[in-house]
Amino acid sequence: MRIKNVFATRWGIIGVGLFIGVFAALLQKFGNPGNMGVCVACFERDIAGALGLHRAGVVQYIRPEIIGFVLGALIAAYLFKEYRPRLGSAPIVRFVLGAFAMIGALVFLGCPWRAALRLAGGDGNAILGLLGLIFGIWIGTLFLKKGYNLGRAQTTHAAAGWVLPLIMVGLLALVIIFPQVDGQDKSGVLFYSQKGPGAMHAPLLVSLIVGLAIGFLAQRSRFCTMGAIRDFVLFRQTHLLLGFIALVVAAFVTNLIVGQFHPGFTGQPVAHDMHVWNFAGMTLAGLAFALAGGCPGRQLFLSGEGDGDAAVFVLGMIVGAAFSHNFGLASSPKGVGPYGIEAVIIGLIVCLLIGFTMRKRSNA
Amino acid sequence: MSTKVDARGLSCPQPVLMTLDEIKAGKTDEIEVLVDTETSKENVSRAATSQGWEVKNVSEDGDEYTITIKKG
Repeated sequence: MRIKNVFATRWGIIGVGLFIGVFAALLQKFGNPGNMGVCVACFERDIAGALGLHRAGVVQYIRPEIIGFVLGALIAAYLFKEYRPRLGSAPIVRFVLGAFAMIGALVFLGCPWRAALRLAGGDGNAILGLLGLIFGIWIGTLFLKKGYNLGRAQTTHAAAGWVLPLIMVGLLALVIIFPQVDGQDKSGVLFYSQKGPGAMHAPLLVSLIVGLAIGFLAQRSRFCTMGAIRDFVLFRQTHLLLGFIALVVAAFVTNLIVGQFHPGFTGQPVAHDMHVWNFAGMTLAGLAFALAGGCPGRQLFLSGEGDGDAAVFVLGMIVGAAFSHNFGLASSPKGVGPYGIEAVIIGLIVCLLIGFTMRKRSNA
Repeated sequence: MSTKVDARGLSCPQPVLMTLDEIKAGKTDEIEVLVDTETSKENVSRAATSQGWEVKNVSEDGDEYTITIKKG
């Protein structure tokens, strides 16, 4: 018989939310960009930039937090005998959902994690983003009620579940072999930002340790920002929602204490105030996360548990980030990119098509 | 009379949706739910409890769990 999982209790999930909120705000104090202590979408985008998959000079850095998320979850999964290598639930669809989730998130300039942190930092534009997120997830729940389902995953080789964790180990090795050199935008094979958000980061070891801790705790507690809203809409369950609210409250209080709370709509760090597109970008992201069964953080934690489908979603997000910047889809503080609006509309159409066409009887 | 719900290989929220559908169908007062992750086990148990059902038994067979829930 296993030990009871304390993190799966109500106080467990609240505790994890508080931990993430406090340390996300502190990571900003330690050097991460404003209201971006932890942003899964932004950080995967920075990784895409560091690898040269896109060449937006201001967003290039191998973010150790992402590496920590996956490896922390992997460690927890092994320690508590929850490592379950599995894959085969419509991976190509998950890849596309990941790509469009990223495209939508980069129109808003943040994933649900950053939307929460932006709100906790006083950025009023986050309200539009969060409303869009809720709307997108609500659309997703309509599909779920109608039988939307990407099908069953199959058990696979233990090593197959290791693919994304090993990619993360590889990224960590690259940063160690090719560390940032002051005043240079390239070190070995990696690109580094000289200015902009990509140049702002907490010390590598601090980021990695916080990432590992969050990955570990989130695997144990099943923390998920999309699930928080989905479960409330679908079942009126508040379990995960309490964790998400705890994150916002903890980040808000920490911001107040360290002087990072600046209320307003204009002049917010890495944000724009085009309300319609903040809303629509996050609607797209929320719908894509709901159809894929997890927020971007949760997809990383699931990848650490051996879920190869979640790993494909993560790779989809990284490729989506490359398209976002190469095609001018991503927003900047000046507003939406030249083709951002078209991309959101196409993304919504694609997600709706996926929702309408991929229904399966649950016993099939 | 007990019925079976096979949610193996499915990720959340499918196992919960399937369990709730079976509960709402009202044809039975005992349901066996088969899942293969700890998360699904927790979610199904939590959902059943919230519907006023009780978790009677959880048996483990390798990587699979059978959760027996009973109308309270």
